[in-house]
Amino acid sequence: MSVRSKVIEAIQQIAKEQQVKLPALTDDLSLHETGFDSLAFAILVARLEDETGVDPFTISEDAAFPATVGDFVRAYENVPA
Amino acid sequence: MSPREVFALRDHLGAELKGRTLSDAHDVVSLTDVLSQTVLGGRLRELSGRAVLLKLSDQLRSGLAMIELDGIARRMLLCPPDLNPAHLDAVIADAGIDAVVSDEPDRWADAGVSLVVTAQLPLQATTPAKTERATEWLMLTSGTSGVPKIVGHTLEALTGAIVAEGPAKGPAPVWATFYDIRRYGGLQIFLRAILSGGSMVLSDPHEALADHVARLNARGVSHISGTPSHWRKLLMSGSAAQFAPGYVRLSGEIADQAVLDGLKAAFPSSSVGHAYASTEAGVGFAVNDGLEGFPADYLGNRNGVEMKVVDGSLRIRSTRTAHAYIGRNAAALTDGDGFVDSGDIVELRGDRYYFVGRRGGIINIGGLKVHPEEIEAAINRHPDVRMSRAKSRRSPITGGIVVADVILAEGTDPARAKEIRDQILDQCRAQLASHKVPAVIRFVEALDVTPAGKLARTDA
Repeated sequence: MSVRSKVIEAIQQIAKEQQVKLPALTDDLSLHETGFDSLAFAILVARLEDETGVDPFTISEDAAFPATVGDFVRAYENVPA
Repeated sequence: MSPREVFALRDHLGAELKGRTLSDAHDVVSLTDVLSQTVLGGRLRELSGRAVLLKLSDQLRSGLAMIELDGIARRMLLCPPDLNPAHLDAVIADAGIDAVVSDEPDRWADAGVSLVVTAQLPLQATTPAKTERATEWLMLTSGTSGVPKIVGHTLEALTGAIVAEGPAKGPAPVWATFYDIRRYGGLQIFLRAILSGGSMVLSDPHEALADHVARLNARGVSHISGTPSHWRKLLMSGSAAQFAPGYVRLSGEIADQAVLDGLKAAFPSSSVGHAYASTEAGVGFAVNDGLEGFPADYLGNRNGVEMKVVDGSLRIRSTRTAHAYIGRNAAALTDGDGFVDSGDIVELRGDRYYFVGRRGGIINIGGLKVHPEEIEAAINRHPDVRMSRAKSRRSPITGGIVVADVILAEGTDPARAKEIRDQILDQCRAQLASHKVPAVIRFVEALDVTPAGKLARTDA
């Protein structure tokens, strides 16, 4: 499964659990517009860390938290191996 | 006014009751004949009036030495097997120890303690001793870090709850416990066995659970106690089916509804009760209605035990509490009114109080305080869950999130893991505030339990 589809699937799973109604997950959708609160993002980052072995927001000091869904996915895609 | 008569353990033993024994995995000792025998090589007189450290590698000789020393030594410090050796010197200094009972006398040759007595089996014949004084019993708290605190008790305080309950009906009980008798929970059971006229079967840390259960059966154990973690391990082991004790007791950790129901199902003909006690606060109460928590009307003065809730934590005043922390810089054990703050946080729901966790065990989730035990209780309600541990994990977003490690009941189909995970999360969302719902659930094969029988909480 591609990194992108792992990320999207995790977002959808958490939205279901948190009863958040997601808009279409396009790359330029701002994370704010997903309806996720900070707890939902914290869950997302923790689960993706377990699944992919990386937490791009902790390992890189200069990583600003992404603004859009596309930025968020790329943060996982661009992690150096 | 004549001095009050002092009772020691020996005064609860005698040759009238036949067939009483104290046993471990290797030896069986007759309690009926124990007063005319010695585990101290006949050197009890030398220990009269001394402050004695009991530092033995096994519980059997420790128990026999307690019987001999109580009423003779001035103080007796029970050293649990898991005491960090680095803390021994501080404990010896704080307790003013001037004699050691050991099974490794060579190790004490240069230790600066003037008198070293070797405890040995088999027992040797001796002249029965007479009680001289009320010996002070010193126990160590089971905290995970730092030098343990020394807690001072008397036999009268230690046995207050046992005496209040009165003698057991029916045949003399055969007690057992998963605890070590050099800890408060285990000592309570040892004292029950002595005072009840019964026998006791000791645990052995090196014995497999199935072998332990076989031994409990062979010795006819009728009454048995352990922490909820001990009991969950037994339920998971598959060994419970061969065992049918009359009385099953839980203490030392929160007994949640899941473990109470699990024990009731595993032992349908047993009474299952949970007791509240701590090294400092003594035995508070027992709950025998099969439900978690305790009735709200236990607060106030009940059978000489006064309880109140202040700032969320249970406070206890009774003649069963310890009387002091011992040592040069020891803190006060009670407040100005004589109440011990248990540090156990309770919550009133309806007409019952529920334990939600330890004050010192709070984890911080995004700035909110969370008791891991409350989350574990919600997870454990799932019928396929046997045991769980909640803890915090750092999060770059909120600072911290809850994660949980879960052991599934034996025989659960691994293919159902995702379905069970979703059900646990649904259940937690229905019962807990959103920040307490685990962000991540991992299924694990085992969870660490401390030597004191409690779930290991390394992050708390």
